[in-house]
Amino acid sequence: MGEILQYLLSGLTSGAIYALIALGFTIIYNATEVINFAQGEFVMLGAMFMATFLGKLGLPLPVAFALSVGLTALVGLLVERLTIYPARRASTITLIIITIGVSILLKGLAMFIWGKDSLPVPAFVGEKPISLFGATIIPQSILILIVALASVLGLEFFFRHTTTGKAMRACAANRLAARLLGIRVEPLIMLAFGVSAGLSAVAGVIISPITFATYDMGTMLGLKGFAAAVLGGLTSSFGAVAGGFLLGILESLAAGFISSAYKDAAAFVILLLMLFLKPEGLFGQGEIKKL
Amino acid sequence: MKTNYLLWSLLAVGLFSFGVLNTNDYFFNVLNVLGLNGLIVIGLALLMGYAGQVSLGHAAFYGLGAYTSGILTAKYGLSPLLGLFAAQAVVLASALLIGLPSLRLKGHYLAMATLGFGVIVHVIFKETISLTGGPSGLVGIPPLEVFGFTFFSSRQYFFLIWAVLLLTLLFSLHLAHSPFGRALLALHDSEAATQALGYDTGRLKLIVFLLSASFAGLAGSLYAHFAMFISPTSFTFLHSVKLVTMVVIGGVASLWGALIGAGVLSVLPEVLTVFEDYDVLIFGVILVVIMIFLPEGLLKGLTTIWQKRKFHGQTQDSLSR
Repeated sequence: MGEILQYLLSGLTSGAIYALIALGFTIIYNATEVINFAQGEFVMLGAMFMATFLGKLGLPLPVAFALSVGLTALVGLLVERLTIYPARRASTITLIIITIGVSILLKGLAMFIWGKDSLPVPAFVGEKPISLFGATIIPQSILILIVALASVLGLEFFFRHTTTGKAMRACAANRLAARLLGIRVEPLIMLAFGVSAGLSAVAGVIISPITFATYDMGTMLGLKGFAAAVLGGLTSSFGAVAGGFLLGILESLAAGFISSAYKDAAAFVILLLMLFLKPEGLFGQGEIKKL
Repeated sequence: MKTNYLLWSLLAVGLFSFGVLNTNDYFFNVLNVLGLNGLIVIGLALLMGYAGQVSLGHAAFYGLGAYTSGILTAKYGLSPLLGLFAAQAVVLASALLIGLPSLRLKGHYLAMATLGFGVIVHVIFKETISLTGGPSGLVGIPPLEVFGFTFFSSRQYFFLIWAVLLLTLLFSLHLAHSPFGRALLALHDSEAATQALGYDTGRLKLIVFLLSASFAGLAGSLYAHFAMFISPTSFTFLHSVKLVTMVVIGGVASLWGALIGAGVLSVLPEVLTVFEDYDVLIFGVILVVIMIFLPEGLLKGLTTIWQKRKFHGQTQDSLSR
């Protein structure tokens, strides 16, 4: 019993991270129909900034947190303005290749700035594990869950109750119609990259005390976040969050009961099963296309 | 097709004379890698440019070809030629397993499925240590031996790899201009219209996918014997992405463009090594810049610029006259 609970708890922790990254994918996909392969690098940047501001400079936690997320969001805005916007008339596949280029570029830049070694980040809260029905959980994991849930709720509030958020949803639903209603689409696409990057940075920041920050940490996290987004249907934000948690838990159970060596493969076996059995994702709507 | 024959013959003559005249093994090695990438990319260009499907897991087929050949010859003493055929069987079976369910559906399901497949296969290469040697790689792969002739030197592999590539290219050019290739192009434009013409589009897509996987597997087998050592780092998701990038950077709907893309992306890292740790950074910048300014790829982008300049020159001429 304690064993299963232990796996569930660690699955929830990594699930929260995947959920945030998956949400980032969904936001950009909804705005542009582009699958942003640089998403994982935003996670890495969040963690790297945190290592600098909290680990090295010793700034107060909230300041370091805000700076890391804010700067990564700024990078997201810049990425859109400098690489996606100039190529906005190109085909989707060209745009996707551009995001791959951006991913390689950001990784190279990070290696240049921070080096190849992984950088330590001090724990935000106490390091003493808490016992819970025979399982243990470190306080950082609880913090991860709380921050992730708060971010998801905050984002939901932004999309449902602010004019900008509603405009972004309108653009995602039908760009042309949104334009006809007088919504300027281009700034919103840029904003989508900013929000998405910021959200992924949150994931990178809160996971950094556990995994530390390395220049190449983004690739696998990005791929798993993408798997979670596909699991949730790629367009639905609720789906992305559910997909993230589901992926985290299933992966943790697979690692515990089958083999931890194949942990990284488990997420993608789940992805393949999902694609073959229910291709529109858990919560996505089947595509209905007019000829 | 006439221009194709001409270009093909020029390429063949050029390569042959280079193979005879060049004595520097480094150039042979670079060109061998280029040729192997080219072989994979020809298949990928058929899949992407003609069938309109993207594969993000071709490094996995490349790796399955290499590891099947490598393991069977190094550990079980099978002859390289038999190993190569076994590798083809493994590659085709796994491509069928991935392609069959995902190509029934419309949309980019193949891209997602191959992405997942690629990561899984890479983890298997890394973790089944007793079979693959794990992260430290598989050693002791014998050189390729066909009917008593053994390929040893880089030059011999140069002739072999490029002969295989030229034949594959000729075959693919013919395929692209056959009724089958036309059906694929139609499929690229409208799946519904192609179905209405009586084509089984799912089957068309599957055949091209199997063909492209088979090319990648063949490249893998050749690579294993040429390098005599393989490790999982050659078959990552990043390599799959790089292969797709070669096709796109050259220009999606052209086999020649894909070869140019393979040439650029295989030679560029060699050139960029002078920048040492910055090479990745510069590679990323070049990739982004090409895609922003020549979104239809190097081949088409550059020919358009060329034609514009020529046209511009002509109007200038006629004005001055």
